[in-house]
Amino acid sequence: MRIQVHPILEFKKGKKISFTYDGKTVEGYEGEPIAAALHAAGVRVLSHSRNYKRPRGFWCAIGNCSSCNMRVNGIPNVRTCVEPLQSGMIVETQQGRGAIGGALNE
Amino acid sequence: MNKAEILVIGSGPAGLKASLSAAEQGAGVALLERDSFLGGQLVKQTHMFFGSKEQYASERGFKIAEKLNLEAEEHPNIKILKDATVLGYYEEGIVSLEVKGKFATIKPAAIIIATGAQENTLMFPNCDLPGIYGAGAVQTLMNVYGVLPGKRVAMVGAGNIGVIVSYQLLQAGVEVPVIIEAMPHIGAYHVHASKVRRMGVPIYTSHTVLSAHGSESLEKITMAEIDQDRNPVTGTEKDLEVDVLCIAVGLTPLTEILFQAGCKMAYIPELGGHVPLRSDNLETSVPNIFVAGDVGGIEEASAAMVEGSIAGLTAAFNLGYGKESYAGLLAAAKRELDHLRRGPVGEKIRIGLESLSSFVEVK
Repeated sequence: MRIQVHPILEFKKGKKISFTYDGKTVEGYEGEPIAAALHAAGVRVLSHSRNYKRPRGFWCAIGNCSSCNMRVNGIPNVRTCVEPLQSGMIVETQQGRGAIGGALNE
Repeated sequence: MNKAEILVIGSGPAGLKASLSAAEQGAGVALLERDSFLGGQLVKQTHMFFGSKEQYASERGFKIAEKLNLEAEEHPNIKILKDATVLGYYEEGIVSLEVKGKFATIKPAAIIIATGAQENTLMFPNCDLPGIYGAGAVQTLMNVYGVLPGKRVAMVGAGNIGVIVSYQLLQAGVEVPVIIEAMPHIGAYHVHASKVRRMGVPIYTSHTVLSAHGSESLEKITMAEIDQDRNPVTGTEKDLEVDVLCIAVGLTPLTEILFQAGCKMAYIPELGGHVPLRSDNLETSVPNIFVAGDVGGIEEASAAMVEGSIAGLTAAFNLGYGKESYAGLLAAAKRELDHLRRGPVGEKIRIGLESLSSFVEVK
């Protein structure tokens, strides 16, 4: 869901590109935060809480709260609310807490 | 190790003004911003500002940001570092940071901390469901990236942020069925509140959210009236189908660096939480560490800009800079700040600052 016309704002968008979200191809605009592109595509669950696996989405959208952490191009704990979207990115729902240097501990 | 005369942490309204004021006096400034753009929360403010010409009255927040960003970028004394996050403050006055994925250290002669604030959360069953977003997140999605947060958004909080964001939601074509406010009165300026009321949004004072419902994301909330002791009144529960609940219940200063640097702090509820003790010129208990903006107490962007000027001018002066204009500019900024805090609107901040000054005097 994107705003088409706005009384005050004009949105400067990057070029339309595609990336994958859990294996599915999704479209977004280059340079916008990954989570904004996902939200526009109807994806609201971005992560799960560590102990009870409760679904989690956006909260702060400024890189503070870690509610939107996902695995991007194999790197865990990427703050998708501030990470700019690039063509061909592989965005995945993260399982576990992630580990430095690979899949250990996940 | 990099050297800088004055390190400004955060490029919101306070940090931008601090950088410009210090640079104008001749000091060298390094301005750090963790985001990839300058302006902090100003970039998502579409409403017009109040106040005087000096405070950019009748201009929209994002336009003010554009102006200040350009001035900072063109200033020869300001070095801007974007995508730069401060990691820690060390005893010798060394600040460590991550800049575009690389580690760096910097040893400034003075630091102006203008890190701003983070949003408060609200506790109720299922308050962590996706679709329950901070007001800042809703503004970011909608006003910066043009993405609609949802179709039907209930707002919690009838302070300025809650009411202004409700109006912005309506502008973007989103339905706002209700604004829920726990206090018995509306906290926002009346000019903002009456605008949303005229557009048909009811404001329920003395009400709260009891719980949220939904399996994977928000589908419904239950709201109810509360009594004087903030207990729900039985029989007033009401269900409302919404896909987003926007939470605008205040902010808390982002004070980690101040604590780490050993600045003396005090808990002042009227200022939003822990804030540093400071002099009239905004110097903390640690010499040459200054604060400006929301990190020193939750106020609004106009006051943050003036505080930035005061901190920037003083930090430069302490390092031996200071043109003829210094004293006049400082006095004018202080007058402006007093003016902004006058009247009923500034009452809370005045009470907060009063109780802060009752703590140990900072020289």
